[in-house]
Amino acid sequence: MQLISLSFFDLALAAIAVVALAVTTATMKLGVTRTLLVAAVRTAAQLALVGLILEAVFAQERLLWVALMAFVMLLLAGREAATRQKRRFTGGYGFMAGTASMFLSSFVTAVATLVIVIRVEPWYTPQYAIPLLGMLLGNTMTGIALAMDRLTQEVWRGANVVETRLALGASASEAVADMRRDAMRAGLIPMLNAMAAAGIISLPGMMTGQILAGSPPWEAVKYQILIMFLIATGTGFGTLLAVELGTRRLFDERHRLRLDRLRRS
Amino acid sequence: MSTARFQAIGLATGSIGPVDITLAAGECMGLSAPSGAGKTRLLRAMADLDVHQGECRLDGVAAADMPAPEWRRRVAFLAAESAWWADTPRPHFENDCTSLLDTLDLSPALLDQPIEHLSSGQKQRMALARSLAHTPDVLLLDEPTANLDDRNIERVERLIADYLSARHACCIWVSHDQTQLARIASSHYRLDSAGQPADVTCS
Repeated sequence: MQLISLSFFDLALAAIAVVALAVTTATMKLGVTRTLLVAAVRTAAQLALVGLILEAVFAQERLLWVALMAFVMLLLAGREAATRQKRRFTGGYGFMAGTASMFLSSFVTAVATLVIVIRVEPWYTPQYAIPLLGMLLGNTMTGIALAMDRLTQEVWRGANVVETRLALGASASEAVADMRRDAMRAGLIPMLNAMAAAGIISLPGMMTGQILAGSPPWEAVKYQILIMFLIATGTGFGTLLAVELGTRRLFDERHRLRLDRLRRS
Repeated sequence: MSTARFQAIGLATGSIGPVDITLAAGECMGLSAPSGAGKTRLLRAMADLDVHQGECRLDGVAAADMPAPEWRRRVAFLAAESAWWADTPRPHFENDCTSLLDTLDLSPALLDQPIEHLSSGQKQRMALARSLAHTPDVLLLDEPTANLDDRNIERVERLIADYLSARHACCIWVSHDQTQLARIASSHYRLDSAGQPADVTCS
């Protein structure tokens, strides 16, 4: 098997299908036509841009470029996670906590995998490093965003419960133990579902891509299992860290609930 | 009067205070103020639940020199409306509390009733029992009899008085009811509508 290269004409055919869908939704007055077209154009433009950047980074194969790209990806993921919060921490703390958690979990996992498991030379070979980190960041970001959102919402709504527990002599971590558990679970559920459903209900995107690109299914499967385990690890530890940092910020050193450190976004 | 059990020294939170209060063992002080003057916030500051200036001391030890959870176990703030997190009252109690409940005319069967089936008066007495079960040294009671009928008001007043003398504890009791405060309190502290100390009288 070998890779069948797609021409621009092939992509245009797929684009015509999207336009057909847009025409249909427009005649049915569903109100999504504009959004659909904008999203389609964004997909093409963003991916084309990334393609150009990747081509350049792959051609260079220099640590500086890979690191720079990884850093930009990290900041974008951090911003995305922070903006998904209904109640944000004041002073950019949410962005910093999320970004720090993602950095620690995703980067450590990615580098460890490149050096210990895949053993590619050099370890920062962009063809491996960038997609690996991208997948880790994307999933960790979702986990962290969901968990932080759940944590702040639960504590905000349950402030009365938290303060009653504090007044009865509970420590800050005792007072939010159940809310913290809920937040952790909320952050981990997408990853747990993906692992449980992998291969049965859905063929994971990466594996599908590799098979389409000509890899033997068995090779694709091995990579997919590796990625699933890495995502589980990265998301798990990242979410754990983010929830811990978030909980700390919700209280001060005298175990007082500090809702003034949250604001509606 | 014996030595001070509980002291608030220059205690201020937001625009309320500064307030100086000294309570001896067994003493019950009434606290009254117009609505919105900040009685509750003052009690919360005493329990170290809110950021504040000044300090509070228990037997001469400042709150800051004690872990906050320990301070709050010993200086118990009972909110006008307490929260419940489990479905029934029982999980909120760690130890046997039947005699305490009995004093408050709450049958032990109520411990396994869904919280929402309890009346507001039952919930209020249950919350008082929950606080007393931790055997605090200082009680900060925010309108503890607001939802109670006369018989239960009397029960609560008697229970608190007995508790204070038995444990050499002291109490700040917020109430709008001047006759109640005259009945239970040996001193009376007033805040004006701006949250500043008004005239202080001792009876």
